[in-house]
Amino acid sequence: MGYFNNRLGRMAAKSTTKPKLTTMARREAWVGFAFISPWLIGFLAFYLIPMIASLWFSTLSFQLATPDQVDFVGADNWRRMLFNDPDVWQSLGVTLRFLGVALPIGMLSPIALALLLNSEYLIGKNLFRTLFYAPAMIPAIAGVLIWSQVLNPQTGWINRIIEYTTGYEAVGLEGLRWLDDPQLVYFAYVFIGLWSMGNAILVTLASLQGVPTELYEACEIDGAGWWRKLFSVTLPLISPVLFYNLVLSMVGLLQYFLTPYVLNGGNGYPQDSTLFYMIYFYKQAFGFANMGYGATLAWFMFLIALVITLVLFGTSRYWVYYATDPQ
Amino acid sequence: MKNLTRKQRQILLQGIITLSTLFILSIYLTPMGYGVVNSLKSKQQASDSSAPVLPSEIMTIEYEGKEYDVYEVPTADGQIQEWALIVKGRDNSQFIDPQNPEAGLVEWEGRWRTLVPVRELSLKWDNYPRAWNSINFLSLLGNTLTYALLSLIGAVSSSALVAYGFARFRFPYKNVLFIILIATIILPPAVTLVPTYAFFNRIGWTGTWLPLIVPQFFANAYNVFLLRQYFLTIPREMEDAAAIDGAGPLRTFFSVILPQAVPALTAVSLFHFFFAWNDFFGPLIYLAGNKDKFPISVGLTFFNGLYNSEPQLILAASIITMSLPLVIFFFAQRVFMQGIVITGVDK
Repeated sequence: MGYFNNRLGRMAAKSTTKPKLTTMARREAWVGFAFISPWLIGFLAFYLIPMIASLWFSTLSFQLATPDQVDFVGADNWRRMLFNDPDVWQSLGVTLRFLGVALPIGMLSPIALALLLNSEYLIGKNLFRTLFYAPAMIPAIAGVLIWSQVLNPQTGWINRIIEYTTGYEAVGLEGLRWLDDPQLVYFAYVFIGLWSMGNAILVTLASLQGVPTELYEACEIDGAGWWRKLFSVTLPLISPVLFYNLVLSMVGLLQYFLTPYVLNGGNGYPQDSTLFYMIYFYKQAFGFANMGYGATLAWFMFLIALVITLVLFGTSRYWVYYATDPQ
Repeated sequence: MKNLTRKQRQILLQGIITLSTLFILSIYLTPMGYGVVNSLKSKQQASDSSAPVLPSEIMTIEYEGKEYDVYEVPTADGQIQEWALIVKGRDNSQFIDPQNPEAGLVEWEGRWRTLVPVRELSLKWDNYPRAWNSINFLSLLGNTLTYALLSLIGAVSSSALVAYGFARFRFPYKNVLFIILIATIILPPAVTLVPTYAFFNRIGWTGTWLPLIVPQFFANAYNVFLLRQYFLTIPREMEDAAAIDGAGPLRTFFSVILPQAVPALTAVSLFHFFFAWNDFFGPLIYLAGNKDKFPISVGLTFFNGLYNSEPQLILAASIITMSLPLVIFFFAQRVFMQGIVITGVDK
């Protein structure tokens, strides 16, 4: 993402006059276009045209079961979504509530683990790094299925460990019912999600290793302690990577689908607390095969993601630090 | 800590940090341990909340052609003997000592129902073949591998071409195009999905693998980014030399660039393989209802719905599913982790 900001900045600074292309340069340009043509075609066919078509679909009454009865309905789908469909707001609320739990834990855990794995006092760094990364290699479905059993209130180990170590009666029907309680279920999902934080750990770790040691030495001369070094040197210097993790997590969480779908088939159990936006979109677009309304829901999600991304990029210049501007 | 020498302080900190990391790691991997242990239990034990942690069965011995359970029996001299219960009685029963069956039946005063049975470790390895057969794993594996390999060829070859174009040639709007390419990473796929699905449905491709494989032949942002970063580090001299020898751009690409980019190509291939192995949403919607074509991810989800009374089989199937990616990862971890770092840190 740093690349992104740097490039945008540089492009704005560039002069607008263009030199005329020589024959050699023109030939080079054609060869270049030829090489990137697979992506250019793919971008048109699978991104740009479908996006526009999706917006167009959102103005249609279009059921896949009756493809011959497609009618233009104007803003009907949008009106229904914004004003007459409580499930839209319910599912958006669920998604945002989950975001509120998952984002802080999902952002802080990789930083904490990367700091630990980067510690000069840790013996066997490489082995630890591999083992902490390994769960990210487990196919998500398999991970969810295993976790759902570990979190089983009666036979699972999580409740047994809690009961054994703290004395709190977690086991049993009266105990911690992770997947049946509308509040606890979000924490259960966050635990499941922690198994896929391997990439974030690795990327954070790599950027920690890139922090120049002179800076820490200078801090020590000034008598700064561990926390001071963390907040004044480490975090600012790795902020580009934190920003990258933040953008990817936000956009990823908006599209949260797999875990609730695998665990309850997308029925929202318990009490609609897991009726995520993407689940609702899936139900409308592919369950009921309602292409028009599905496209409307998808475009709405795109707009939300766009706003969030723009806000994040807008705030980034206040807290993301780019040391090297590759001019 | 103040009155410790530097060396002592160092050792103490090493101990604390390493032990706490080990502790966190063991919590982090607890579900793995649970998965392995419980996949080896019997059906009855896997769903019994009072069952012991490890898979075990009540120990039995054979006596005169019949099986008898073994109990922990407290005897008059204060010791606890492991005896098999032969004749059950209300207030006294007859046991036999398995160590010394020639001694014959031993009379014991007390209610046998209060005795604790002796358990021994019993691993139900046949859960694995059972899971394998009931899920029809061979067919799922075949589908997943075919999809992974075909789409891998498409994704890697097209991405390499595009990455080379962005790395070496000057053409108008190159920077804008590259930014658009990177921006597709954060575009929610849902926004393009409905018309794409309607289109593939119209041309009759739904229910087949084509809508999942064909788009892979048009490059994707992650792969292009990683390969381009790598190509930029390859010195230009060899390409110049090839050009002087009269090689065209394509020829140069195949015989000069690709052989030097093997590590990056390996990383990209691995990423794609894991992506395909995991891919869930695409197969779920495009193959809906066509069970013979399911990949492992979707097949496992259906299996979970059908076999939820046999948790040990679900665990066994999950472990079978994860074993291949894990084995590949442990062998290729260096090149793989480098690739993650390049796509994450440089961007």
